[in-house]
Amino acid sequence: MKLDAKTPSGPLTTKWSRYKEECKLVNPANKRKFSVIVVGTGLAGASAAASLGELGYKVTCFCYQDTARRAHSIAAQGGINAAKNYPNDGDSVQRLFNDTIKGGDYRAREANVYRLAEVSNAIIDQSVAQGVPFAREYGGLLANRSFGGAQVSRTFYARGQTGQQLLLGAYQALSRQVAKGQVKIYSRTEMLDLVLVDGVAKGIVVRDMVTGKISSYSADAVVLATGGYGNTFYLSTNARGCNAMAIWRSYKRGAGFANPCYTQIHPTCIPVSGDHQSKLTLMSESLRNDGRVWVPKTKGDKRPPSQIPESERDYYLETRYPSFGNLAPRDVTSRAAKLVCDEGRGVGSSGLGVYLDFAESIGRLGKKAIEERYGNLFEMYERITGEDAYESPMRIFPAIHYTMGGLWVDYNLMSTIPGLFVLGEANFSDHGANRLGASALMQGLADGYFVLPYTIANYFGSSKKFVPSTDAPEFKQTEQAANEHLKRLLSIQGSRTPTSFHRELGKLLWENCGMARSDQSLKTAIKKIAVIREEFWKNLKVTGGPGELNQTLELANRVSDYMELAELLCKDALERKESCGGHFRVEHQTEDHEAKRDDENFSHVAVWEYQGAGKEPVRNIEPLQYEVVTMSQRSYK
Amino acid sequence: MSKEMNLTLKVWKQKDQNSPGQMKTYQAKKVSPDMSFLEMLDVVNEELIHQGQDPIAFDSDCREGICGTCSMVINGTPHGPNKGTTACELHMRHFKDGDVITIEPWRAKPFPVLRDLITNRSALDRIIQAGGYISANTGNPADANALPVSKKDADLAMDAAACIGCGACVAVCKNASAMLFVSAKVSHLGLLPQGKPERDRRVWNMVSQMDKEGFGNCTNTFACEAVCPKKVSVLFIARMNRDYALSVAKGQPDAS
Repeated sequence: MKLDAKTPSGPLTTKWSRYKEECKLVNPANKRKFSVIVVGTGLAGASAAASLGELGYKVTCFCYQDTARRAHSIAAQGGINAAKNYPNDGDSVQRLFNDTIKGGDYRAREANVYRLAEVSNAIIDQSVAQGVPFAREYGGLLANRSFGGAQVSRTFYARGQTGQQLLLGAYQALSRQVAKGQVKIYSRTEMLDLVLVDGVAKGIVVRDMVTGKISSYSADAVVLATGGYGNTFYLSTNARGCNAMAIWRSYKRGAGFANPCYTQIHPTCIPVSGDHQSKLTLMSESLRNDGRVWVPKTKGDKRPPSQIPESERDYYLETRYPSFGNLAPRDVTSRAAKLVCDEGRGVGSSGLGVYLDFAESIGRLGKKAIEERYGNLFEMYERITGEDAYESPMRIFPAIHYTMGGLWVDYNLMSTIPGLFVLGEANFSDHGANRLGASALMQGLADGYFVLPYTIANYFGSSKKFVPSTDAPEFKQTEQAANEHLKRLLSIQGSRTPTSFHRELGKLLWENCGMARSDQSLKTAIKKIAVIREEFWKNLKVTGGPGELNQTLELANRVSDYMELAELLCKDALERKESCGGHFRVEHQTEDHEAKRDDENFSHVAVWEYQGAGKEPVRNIEPLQYEVVTMSQRSYK
Repeated sequence: MSKEMNLTLKVWKQKDQNSPGQMKTYQAKKVSPDMSFLEMLDVVNEELIHQGQDPIAFDSDCREGICGTCSMVINGTPHGPNKGTTACELHMRHFKDGDVITIEPWRAKPFPVLRDLITNRSALDRIIQAGGYISANTGNPADANALPVSKKDADLAMDAAACIGCGACVAVCKNASAMLFVSAKVSHLGLLPQGKPERDRRVWNMVSQMDKEGFGNCTNTFACEAVCPKKVSVLFIARMNRDYALSVAKGQPDAS
C-alpha cells in the first residue's frame, strides 16, 4: 500500500493557499458533467453535498435516516471552535493549531491540522450568513465560551444545541440545492458496499430500507461522510443507527484504515443504569466551565453528597491539573475518573461515577445564570435520572464518544482508493490520538464547505472522466455479494438476537480495549472476539425477510461488521506499544499515571490493509514529520 | 429505585403502507423504572425475536431528544404524557405496575405509515426545500460580527430554531396542520437580518407547499404547542400569518 500524503511543499502557513492557487479547476460549463455520490448527511456530508451542488456538480446523496436533517452531528451540544479571537484573549490560527496538535498528543498530520485551524473562521462566517442562531451578547455580537484543552474562549455555541443548529444550516443549504435539482437525496437508504472499476471508486450498492430493494449508483467520485465506529462498543453516545458499514466495507475493498485504536472516551456522560441500557447520553463538556468534579476522599463513602463536608471531598482535577483544572482534556479527565473509581471512591449505586457539582457556581452566579447557560442540559439530566442537578450534583462517568481513527486520507481527503474521498469523523486526519471539545463540528464543516470543493476539482481535473453503467459486471457482482450476505444472515435461524451479540461484543471491548489496555487484555479480547464471531455466524436469529422494512436484519448486518472491526481495533491497540491520547496502555505510563508516548518508535500513523477473509491484515506506516511543532510531553498541570 | 413493573401494551401493527393495520396486545414484563420508554420496547422486541415473532418496528436514533426521529403516540398523546419530552427521553418511572399503554404511529394523511409505528415524514423536507433557507452559497461571506443582531432577536430566533422536525404538532392536530413546524422555520429565518431579503418569498413558498402536501389549517386549539418536545410557541404561528398576509399584499413573489 502506497501512502503518499501529498502534502504541498513550502512553509506550513502557506501550504493551503498555495494548494488553492495551484490546484486544477473544472470550468463552470463542465461541472455539470461530473457526478458525485455523497454518503451521509451530517455536517461533513451535508456541507459537502450542498457546496458541490452550488458549484454545479450533479450530486446524489444517501442517508439511513428518514431525513437528512437527523444525522448524529445534530446531537453535538457544546459548540464549535474558531480562531476568531473576538474576546481578545490571545487566540490565533497558530494557537488553535498548536492546541489541536498538542490535544491530539502529536499523532496528527501537521499540514491537515493547520488547514483546519486556518479555515475555522470562515465556518463561523458561513454559518452566520446561513442564519445559524449563535448565542450573542447584548451588543449584538457573538458570544464565546471556553472548552477543554484550551486557555482561550474560542467556542461559539447555540444554547446546548450547536450541532443541531449547524446541521440545520447545512441541511437547509442542501434543501435549496434539492429544490434547484442539483442534488437528489435518497433517505432511508443504506450503503452496503463500494464498487471499484479498474481500481477506481465509481459507485455504491445500496439497500432501500423500506422495500429492501438492492440497487447500484455510479458516479465520477464517491464521498463517504458516514461518521465513526464508536457503536462497535455497543454502549456509546452515538445514535442507535450510527454504524461502520460504509467505511468497513470500503476497507475490505482496499481503503486503508488508519489508527483504529484511537477512540475517545468522553468524561461527562450519564452513568449506566442497568442491563437494558441502549445507549449513553453525553452531558456537554461545557458544563465543566462551571461544574466542579469531585469524589469523596474516603473509599466506600456512601453518604449522600450533601452530607459530605468540603474537607472530605477530593476535587481531584483541580489538585492534579491546577492550570487547566476541571477543563483538562477529555482523555486526561476520563482516565482520572477511572483512577478514582478503581480506588473504590466512585459514587452512585454502581460505584462507577463521579460528581459534577454546580453548588459553588450557583452560589457565585445565582441559579438563574446557570439555568440560562445550561438549562436544557439540566432538564435532560433530570428526565433521564429523575434527579435535580440544581439541588444535588450530577453523577457522570466516561463513555465511548468519538473515534479519531478512520479511513486513511491524504491532504486531498482522498483514501488509498482513487476517487474515494472520506470526510469528517469517518476519516482519521485531524485529531491525532485525542480530539479536543468543539473540534468535531469544526472538522466536519471544514472538510465539507472548504476543503473538498477544491480537492475534488483537482481530482476531476487530473483524471480521465468516466462513469460506468450500473449494469457493468463490477456492479452486478457487488450487488450479488451484498444480497448473499443478507441471505446468509437470515438463513442461520439460531437462537440469539443481533442485539445480544452486539452487547456481548461491546462489553468485551469496553473491558479490554476501553480506558485502559494491556498486552494481556488485548490478547484476551482478540481471542474472545473470534469466539463470539464464530457463534454469531452459527447461532444468530433474524426474523422477517430481506424484501421488507426489517430493523432486525439492518442491525444484524451492521453487527456483522463490528465482529470484524473490533478485532482490528484490538490488533492496532496491541501493536501500538505506547500510550497516547485516548489510547492508554497500562505498561506505558509515567509515575503519576499519565500517558507515556514513545515518539522514537510510534510517531507514525498505522494504516491497516485488508488481505482477504481470514488473512492477517498488513500494518503500513505513514511517518509523522513535524516541521513546526516541537513535540513535548503533554502537560495540563 | 422502586420495583419492576408488568405492563400491557396495545400497539398498532401494520405490515406496510398498502396493508391494513390493527392493534395488537403484548405483555411487557419486569420493566425497570430506570428504563426509557424505547428501552422498554427494545426488551419486548428481544423477547419477540426469541419467539420467532415479528418485532414492533419503530423509529429512533439519537435517543437523547434532539434528532426528532422517534415518533409515537403514547396513550393518545404524541411523545407521551411528559411535557417538553420526546418519546426517547420518557422514562418508565412515570408509569406504574399494571398499566395498559396504547402506542400508535403519527396519524395524519401526509404521513403515511410505512410499518407499525414508522411513518414517512418527507413532506416536511419538501416544505423546507420550498424555501426554508437563506440563499448564501459557500464562499467568502462577511465577517460574522459585521452584522450585529440584537440579543432579543437572536434569542427569539433560537427559540424557533429549536424545532426538531419530529411532526408531533401535526400528529396531535385534529386538522393535521403543520403550521407550528412551518412557522418555526419562517420565524427563525425571518427574525434574523440575514433572512430578511427572502422573507416574503420564503413564507409564500413554504405555505404553498404545506397546502400542496395536504396539511390542514390552524384552528387555534394550541394542542401543537402542548405536545411540542421543544416547547415551540404558537406565537410563531401568529408571526407567520402576519408575514404571509404581508407577502400576499405585496403580490406573489417570483417563483423560485
